[in-house]
Amino acid sequence: MEEFIRLQDVVYEYHAYAEEEHEEETVRALSHISAEIREGSFVVVLGHNGSGKSTLAKQVNALLLPTEGYVYVCGANTRETPEEDLWKIRKNAGMVFQNPDNQIIGNVVEEDVAFGPENIGIPEEELARRVTRALEKVGMEAYRMHSPNRLSGGQKQRIAIAGMLALKPKCILMDEPTAMLDPMGRKEVLETVHELNRKEGITIVLITHYMEEAVDADRVIVMDRGQIVMDGTPKEVFSRMEELRAIRMSVPEVTELAYELRKEGLDLPEGILSIEELTEALCSLN
Amino acid sequence: MQLELKSVSLVYDPDVQNPKKAVDDISLTLRKGEFAGLIGHTGSGKSTLVQIMNGLLKPTEGTVLLDGQDVHEKGFPLRNLRRQVGLVFQYPEYQLFEETVLKDVCFGPKNLGLPKEEQEERAKKALSRVGLDARYYDASPFELSGGEKRRAAIAGVLAMEPDILILDEPTAGLDPQGRNDLLAEIRKLNEEEGTGIVLVSHSMEDVAAYASRLLVMNHARLVYDDTPRHVFEHYKELEAMGLSAPQVVYVMHALEARGLDVRTDVLTIEEAKREILRALGRK
Repeated sequence: MEEFIRLQDVVYEYHAYAEEEHEEETVRALSHISAEIREGSFVVVLGHNGSGKSTLAKQVNALLLPTEGYVYVCGANTRETPEEDLWKIRKNAGMVFQNPDNQIIGNVVEEDVAFGPENIGIPEEELARRVTRALEKVGMEAYRMHSPNRLSGGQKQRIAIAGMLALKPKCILMDEPTAMLDPMGRKEVLETVHELNRKEGITIVLITHYMEEAVDADRVIVMDRGQIVMDGTPKEVFSRMEELRAIRMSVPEVTELAYELRKEGLDLPEGILSIEELTEALCSLN
Repeated sequence: MQLELKSVSLVYDPDVQNPKKAVDDISLTLRKGEFAGLIGHTGSGKSTLVQIMNGLLKPTEGTVLLDGQDVHEKGFPLRNLRRQVGLVFQYPEYQLFEETVLKDVCFGPKNLGLPKEEQEERAKKALSRVGLDARYYDASPFELSGGEKRRAAIAGVLAMEPDILILDEPTAGLDPQGRNDLLAEIRKLNEEEGTGIVLVSHSMEDVAAYASRLLVMNHARLVYDDTPRHVFEHYKELEAMGLSAPQVVYVMHALEARGLDVRTDVLTIEEAKREILRALGRK
């Protein structure tokens, strides 16, 4: 089987220039990372600010290339792909960013969604079909002729996702797509990407600072100082609360509550992730 | 010091037919010393409201009174209002521009016409308030990490020594530890200096844990102005407004539905823990 996304001993360094000393300093943002991401999986990446999460995503999207090691996306080695062919990688692994206002360009929703596929020369008829399908998939077809300016944050992010979908990607990388959204917007975006993962088999790599957004993932990767320090199911990862705290992370509120109750001597299982699980466990004690 | 909004409304484009109000008939009073949270869905009017509070926007109807004086009356020095009611915008780090952190934070006090010594004194105090010590004074703002930049930018507003400090989503994009640290510093500022705080947030957990008063906006109107404990009892109404309640509130309601005799008006993990232990007869 063809490998989907594979990082092989990836190092990424960049040069920071200190003005006063007139010397260059080398900063290592990623340090010997090896990981594989299976096609169709839902992976959440956690880590404190500056831990290397975004750099990792940009490697998969070929926005950055490794200093050492290799990144393979659908078999293509990003370092050995000629510059003019990098768009093929980016088409397979599209990226959605934090601020919805910075990634919307069209005056009308449908224009915005069509921008990507139009750029790679998709013929008009096919283009219209793709835009319709993409808008349907994110539940925004009713807004096709609306101005993006009037939409809520959650709706704008769904439009940005539709723009990716119109390129028929195999994978969508999302860098804190919910950081600026209200609770409803966060829920909308999360539900949309879970559905795309489930129904369309699109691989999702979601970077977030909201621990609750990780509980329904297949896999959680935690980064610290440019390295992967935890990698497992949400249950496995969130059972390690003390270790997570030591690297500036936390766990969902309900997990922390269960942990505190365990400390008080209640016989609860480890790594409780949902309200239902906690309620069930507590009621069976009573 | 108190700031009073009396039946304030604002329309951005009054000339169109059926103009839409961004803020609709809001009355409230803010006082030095209190810690208020402000929540509401995207587009509910929060940002417009806070800009009315510090005089950046003039309401189309209603009045804004600073210690009883109408701030939009001719002759009132609006600068006084902006000094006393400080506003930290979303992603304030994009507004850093000076060569050094200290110079950047001095910018506000300099504009107040204070002597250089006092400018620096204030800037240093503001920087220590947000956890940036002397090592940062001569650093370029652009060398700082994202979280440090955010702090430096907040210090810039603090150096004006406002009586009320409004922060528009100050923790957006910060990691959990960064969020907690910054909120703890804001709480300290409130407790030690008596600075009034208005915290605009999309995190129900944060306003539940830190605020003693909670303002809720929905479609340009102020729909709740009460303690967080009371407001989150209306979690179903909040959901209909695109908001929610802290996870622990849902836990308590789920337990109550299963017949466990618990109070549902908890705000924090600590409170939830004590209430569950009590209900189970463990304490």
